[in-house]
Amino acid sequence: MCLGIPGQLVEFVPDNDQLARVEVSGVRRMINIGLLEDEALEVGDWVLIHVGFAMSKIDEEEAAVALASLRLMGSGLDDEMEMLRGTAP
Amino acid sequence: MRFVDEYRDPVASRRVLATIAELAGTERHYKFMEVCGGHTHTIYRHGIEHVLPRNVELVHGPGCPVCVIPMGRIDDAIAVAETPGVIFTSFGDMMRVPGGNGTLLEAKARGADVRFVYSPLDALKVAADNPDRQVVFFAVGFETTAPSTAVTLVKARDDRVMNFSVFSNHVTIVPPIKAILDSPDLRLDGFLGPGHVSTVVGNHPYRFVARDYGKPLVTAGFEPLDILQAIAMLLAQIREGRCEIENQYTRIVRDEGNPRALQFLAEVFELRPHFEWRGLGFIAQSALKLRAEFAPWDAELRFAVPGVRVADPKACQCGEVLKGVIKPWECKVFGTACTPETPIGTCMVSSEGACAAYYNFGRLHREAAVTLGRASV
Repeated sequence: MCLGIPGQLVEFVPDNDQLARVEVSGVRRMINIGLLEDEALEVGDWVLIHVGFAMSKIDEEEAAVALASLRLMGSGLDDEMEMLRGTAP
Repeated sequence: MRFVDEYRDPVASRRVLATIAELAGTERHYKFMEVCGGHTHTIYRHGIEHVLPRNVELVHGPGCPVCVIPMGRIDDAIAVAETPGVIFTSFGDMMRVPGGNGTLLEAKARGADVRFVYSPLDALKVAADNPDRQVVFFAVGFETTAPSTAVTLVKARDDRVMNFSVFSNHVTIVPPIKAILDSPDLRLDGFLGPGHVSTVVGNHPYRFVARDYGKPLVTAGFEPLDILQAIAMLLAQIREGRCEIENQYTRIVRDEGNPRALQFLAEVFELRPHFEWRGLGFIAQSALKLRAEFAPWDAELRFAVPGVRVADPKACQCGEVLKGVIKPWECKVFGTACTPETPIGTCMVSSEGACAAYYNFGRLHREAAVTLGRASV
């Protein structure tokens, strides 16, 4: 919960600047990007996601490192992915 | 994995370890606290304690949001969840945390409508989909998750979702650090500052640690090399007679944090006069409650919350673990009566808890330490 999970922006939602679709480790879901309004996000950018909200913009390198860290946490990533999948709209 | 290798590079690790050994010398002992449970994981997973010089000790801090929730709040959550007509939503981590009256998972087994959600927005959606039911979200976490709850509450207000409410157990990162600095139990030489929570709050809130307590703090990332570099930065400060708040994790953490997230926090929440923390007791102004403007969405006002204080089981020493006074394996019930399958204390439940981390990774220590750079451990 306290460790962010990296996702890559795949598309914005027309008529809603708060939402975007991201891909996390092969799973797609909608997240809220409202807290990064000042970051001028673009498709292809990486973000760190906490409980369905993008909290920081990161680069591809940091995304790879963060994902590898989560993999090593074992159940940490499994739990996050399970929740992501279970609730993916 | 080309990026990752940089942070796991044994040559780079060895170089930083050599710097640490040189800076630490042999004359005195250094004790640093890693505040964040994510750091605790990296430290155990990679056997960092085994590769540090003997006079450099790491102790675990209170930065695990699941771990610090006292038993009474779990009982309160269960009481709300068992109120007829309620759908109670929670992050998965909280479902297995035992209160005095069992866990939320047990309440679900008894018939309460308790559901996992990934995000507070998912809980809001459950409310929109079930207009004839009361939907409550069990909000936990430091400033990393609190802004998400704040955004969700603003949306609930704007969309007039009146059958939704939040049982707020959000806590703030600075007061427990201050409580630990004020505690006579522990003499620390500095802190590894938390990583992701600092993306929200920034580095400025930690300035009092250096200014008022004369201790250095270095905000650190989650890779083994991040941790080692942060330790070297702490030692260099001490060696050079400096005492500052530094940022090792500049890849993500900005000094000013995330201003928009802080704005949402300020709009929706205010500080509680005091809040009970497991192990640390009551800490003034250390937790967030909904502002009066959001009273219609405050579960503590909408439901009868017993608010009874429940003492931890006698055998459980989570409190001492959370303050860094003892190591997980020094707890009397560690690995025997208390395991991740049948946890007695919170530190064994959460994947961010020190006890669960040590239970899962302790045996990997030696292997990991070898890959990190020390040939014989």
